[in-house]
Amino acid sequence: MGWFLEHAWLIPAIPGAAFALIILIGKRMPRGGSEIGIASMLAALVLSAGAAYQWIEHVNSSDGEAEAVLNRWEWFRIGDLKVSIGSHLDGLAVMMLLLVAFISTLVQIYSTEYVRGDRRYTHYFASITLFSAGMLVMVLAPNMVQLLLGWEIMGLCSFLLIGHWWEERVNSEAALKAFWTVRVGDMGLLVGIAMLLSIFHTLEIGEINEAAASGDFDSKRLLMWAAVALFIACIGKSGQFPLHTWLPDAMAGPTPVSSLLHSSTMVVGGVFLVARLYPVFHVGLDMNILGQHFNLIAVIGGITVLIAAGLAFVQNDIKRVLAYSTVSQLGYMMMGLGVGAWTAAVFHIFTHAFFKCCLFLCAGSVAHTGSHHSFDMKKDMGGLRKSMPITFAAWIASTLALCGIPFVSGFFSKDEIIDSAKHNDYKVFYLVGIIGAFMTTAYMTRATYLTFFGKARGAAAHFVHELEHEHKTTHDSPWPITVPLVILGLLAIFSGYLNAAPFKWHWFERWTESAIGLPLGEGIFALPHPPEFSWTSAAPGLVLVAAGFAVSLLLCRAVFGSETSPLRGLTERNIALRAGHKFLVNKYYLDALYEKVIVHGIAYPISRAAYWTNQHIIDAVVNTVGKAGRRTGDLVYKYIDQLLVDGAVNGSGTTARGAGGALQPVQSGKVNMYGALLFGAAAVGGLVLVLVNS
Amino acid sequence: MEPIQDLQWLLSLGTFLPLVGVLLMLFVPKKDVDTAKTIAVGTALATLAVGVYTALKFDYGQSERLQFFTSNSWIKPIRATYTIGLDGISLPLYLLSMVITVVVMIYSWNHVPPPGNTKAFFILMLVLQTGMAGTFMAQDLILFFVFFELVLLPMYFMIGVWGGDNRQYASLKFFLYTMFGSALMLVGFIALFVVTKNNASDPAAANFSFQWFNENGPDVARNTAVWIFAGLFIGFAVKVPMFPFHTWLPDAHTEAPTQGSVILAAILLKLGTYGFVRIAIPFLPQAAVKWAPAIAVLAVIGIIYGALGCLAQTDMKRLIAFSSVAHMGFVMLGISTLTDLGINAALFGMVAHGLITGMLFFIAGSVKERYHTLQISQLSGMLKQMPRMGWIFGFCAMASLGLPGLAGFWGEFPALLSAWSPAQVLVSNGHLDLFRILTTISALGTVLAAGYLLWLFQRTAMGEPAAISVGSAGHDSHDIHDVNAFEWAAWTPLLIAIVVLGIVPKLLLDLSDPGVQLITEVFRK
Repeated sequence: MGWFLEHAWLIPAIPGAAFALIILIGKRMPRGGSEIGIASMLAALVLSAGAAYQWIEHVNSSDGEAEAVLNRWEWFRIGDLKVSIGSHLDGLAVMMLLLVAFISTLVQIYSTEYVRGDRRYTHYFASITLFSAGMLVMVLAPNMVQLLLGWEIMGLCSFLLIGHWWEERVNSEAALKAFWTVRVGDMGLLVGIAMLLSIFHTLEIGEINEAAASGDFDSKRLLMWAAVALFIACIGKSGQFPLHTWLPDAMAGPTPVSSLLHSSTMVVGGVFLVARLYPVFHVGLDMNILGQHFNLIAVIGGITVLIAAGLAFVQNDIKRVLAYSTVSQLGYMMMGLGVGAWTAAVFHIFTHAFFKCCLFLCAGSVAHTGSHHSFDMKKDMGGLRKSMPITFAAWIASTLALCGIPFVSGFFSKDEIIDSAKHNDYKVFYLVGIIGAFMTTAYMTRATYLTFFGKARGAAAHFVHELEHEHKTTHDSPWPITVPLVILGLLAIFSGYLNAAPFKWHWFERWTESAIGLPLGEGIFALPHPPEFSWTSAAPGLVLVAAGFAVSLLLCRAVFGSETSPLRGLTERNIALRAGHKFLVNKYYLDALYEKVIVHGIAYPISRAAYWTNQHIIDAVVNTVGKAGRRTGDLVYKYIDQLLVDGAVNGSGTTARGAGGALQPVQSGKVNMYGALLFGAAAVGGLVLVLVNS
Repeated sequence: MEPIQDLQWLLSLGTFLPLVGVLLMLFVPKKDVDTAKTIAVGTALATLAVGVYTALKFDYGQSERLQFFTSNSWIKPIRATYTIGLDGISLPLYLLSMVITVVVMIYSWNHVPPPGNTKAFFILMLVLQTGMAGTFMAQDLILFFVFFELVLLPMYFMIGVWGGDNRQYASLKFFLYTMFGSALMLVGFIALFVVTKNNASDPAAANFSFQWFNENGPDVARNTAVWIFAGLFIGFAVKVPMFPFHTWLPDAHTEAPTQGSVILAAILLKLGTYGFVRIAIPFLPQAAVKWAPAIAVLAVIGIIYGALGCLAQTDMKRLIAFSSVAHMGFVMLGISTLTDLGINAALFGMVAHGLITGMLFFIAGSVKERYHTLQISQLSGMLKQMPRMGWIFGFCAMASLGLPGLAGFWGEFPALLSAWSPAQVLVSNGHLDLFRILTTISALGTVLAAGYLLWLFQRTAMGEPAAISVGSAGHDSHDIHDVNAFEWAAWTPLLIAIVVLGIVPKLLLDLSDPGVQLITEVFRK
């Protein structure tokens, strides 16, 4: 089968071991442990490339129906349940391995410059290496337990990396928010896995997919609920509406982290899960059956596309624009899976990873060199295209890809999603897709304008001024930053040709499609064939993209280009616009609902009420029983022992004296007293029980 | 199933060796603290060595059979026997008790809480060790009861003498509450004995050994069995503790010295859950089926309620104490499913909770020693002042909230899996929907756990150091230092165990599964 495919388990194992090594000896290494991280990612990259090469050979030799390559060891067993650990390689897994290893390597190289001299340099590389390892563990998972392991390792690392500078309260809060929000979704994953186990009596992904695709299960209804539960987990992880609110706050971490988190790891985890268990979702949610215009995944994806794109308009922070853009693009991927365009959606994971990673790294490059660590486009950027040409070129290449300009990577993947929505009779989502494309172009034009065009402002002005002072025209970032930018920029343009429908190049489809787990074409649970590409069906989307560019450019020039524009400050003067602007700035008030109402509610009134009940009701019963026991003891001693028993012996003369000292012996021997009392009471009860039952 | 009768002296040696140490210590003058401590630690280490030898001699291929078994007559008139043995279910707990005693003693070397009296403190720990190990090796109800109660006294004194400000109340409450449960439990034991004896074809053969009840208990009429189970339930539920019998726990934990809290969390709570698995369920399976839904409901209330209780706390140690209520809820949920998945999860969860919560109490103790307060609002920036301690704390918090790859996960996740698909006998009794609703609610518990633990971590460890801990010159006050040698020595074994068990859950599951299979066989029909 090939050495690389058999030994794919090494791909996550090496970064995993590297993590431990960095923690143990990283601080003593000359480069603070970063060399260990980079070396491990390079090793993973080489192994992934080998695996990809052998996988393609495997596909070519097996004539389309390439079986997944499984390599499993028993992890543990309880009764009939056997859980393995190992690797499950198919087109999807191989593609993700390569993607994750590649992006992680570039991001780590970039980081050596970007976080140089950081107070926790070694910690940073340890966490980011483990982060990649977690994603690789998940991608390779042959069963749901290993998948969950990788999934949660990423959750942990995102917590550590977002909160990397935890001295500041904002950062630690963003870290908590990310972890908690994802954790809310994870409830769905836990329950969903329990449901899968009860339906299929196994947790192996291959077997589950096979059984789901062939209708080999008892309860369709339960399968539907399993799909819903698992999808809730994907909503949390992939920042889909309504759990998308953590993603923009996650910008609190260092920029390379954002680029890794937003491109190939963490947030695509949810999309990956849907793609991985596609038969479960497809059959459970009855996707693509005749006459169905809606399904949960497409609806959530569609809503996410639009609401996130809307929010991207009102951001001043360049990273936040990109963050909402990611949310919106993840919505495209989900929508693609929802409308039955599996290959297109997975291909969009692939192309999006390059251009989104590149965009974040460009933003980091600007902040690192041009705007003095500020990410505020309005205050500290502008006019940087001439002084930072490499960053600018990479940014433009990725922006073109993101907007879906023809012959650039994003076009090939995004257009196929939109086209499939139309082709598979999901008309609403077709409209969502092209409107989304319009909005994407518009907000990216705005961000580009604010960052690279117009007059330099604030820190950027200072930077440009200093350059002039030194008689230099350009000063881009150092090579560890620009080299990854160039590589990613090129890929942002060219990676799309792996699956270029206009030219009928379908290599990507051929290599990955056996991972769908469902037949294509006719049949109850079959997936529709992808549509034939035609320029006429792509035209409406392209027109809207052009319109988005034009409208946005005109507005930007009018609003930001001149000091005296009548449009300036319009959102403060016009009531309707002001209300809309405020609604967007407040993120549709979802954050307020979650933080002020739900989290605050649980953390304060509800938990306090529970604790009050504990102290004043449940515990009060216990204390009352204790006190009553003691009082009974007093009374027994006072009236029965001293008065009756003792009194009968000594006569009534001694009673008063006895009553006076009644408390003394009870207090000194109270443990014995209570114990004896309880024991006595219990013994009587037991005797009764025995008598009754014998 | 015939027990294996080799090395019959081994368990008695392991259990009673600490008492030899106690005897020796009695001759040491009170002032000679170092000798007393040396003898105590030496005894504990020797006991652990016997435990390790036991583990090495254990036949892992037959872990469902009792091993090192011996049975002698003991108190003839009441037919109590001295029957002891270990199987795969009790071996991990037997060993854990020895490990915990050793690490607690190492920690105590320079951490004896006021009012001092080192000798007495170490003697109590040794007596506790005998009680704990004895409970896990006992194979006779009376013997079990004696050890079960033996544990109470040293703990009572530990809290009552070395505890915090409110120690009198807490220790008395702990003692009485547990005593109350024990009394009902003893009644249950006696009733069970009387009923099985009257039912038996050969009443003269009746005795208190577990074997007798394993064979004769399931034949008890269901209505009677349900009543007897009630007695056992109260006894064990108080010890676990299950909602609503849990209110002694926060007080006892908060007031106990660090060492007491660790032992309480790591071992004493497990006596209750162990009792369910070893006694209540196998002896009275017909009643267990009736009780299971009620236990499951109380367990899930415990999970949510305990978590809410945690969120309301202002004291770090009390918060950790409340988290035990939630975690033991997962253990009881697993047990209540009557499946091998659930009970194995419970047994795993018992060990994992022992290690993790034990560690958390250690950390709380060390924080108190350095900052002189455990008020969350007054603590901040521990990561900056003592990074190692801070990260160990973060690690334990992550383990406690059930991160996969660490021990806590294997107690929680399989419990959820099993609760969604409870035993066949519960399904045929129409409880499937109830259990499925409970699964969903208990999944919420995992979110709340992340909530209270990480919130605690954020408030105490992240951010800038608190004003109280920084002197006027801007330096840390001199009490504050990172993890010291004794702490490393005590904690390292626990931290390693948390990771190793998390990565290789097989180590425990292979041990417990065959024994659990025997218990759950009857519920699979």
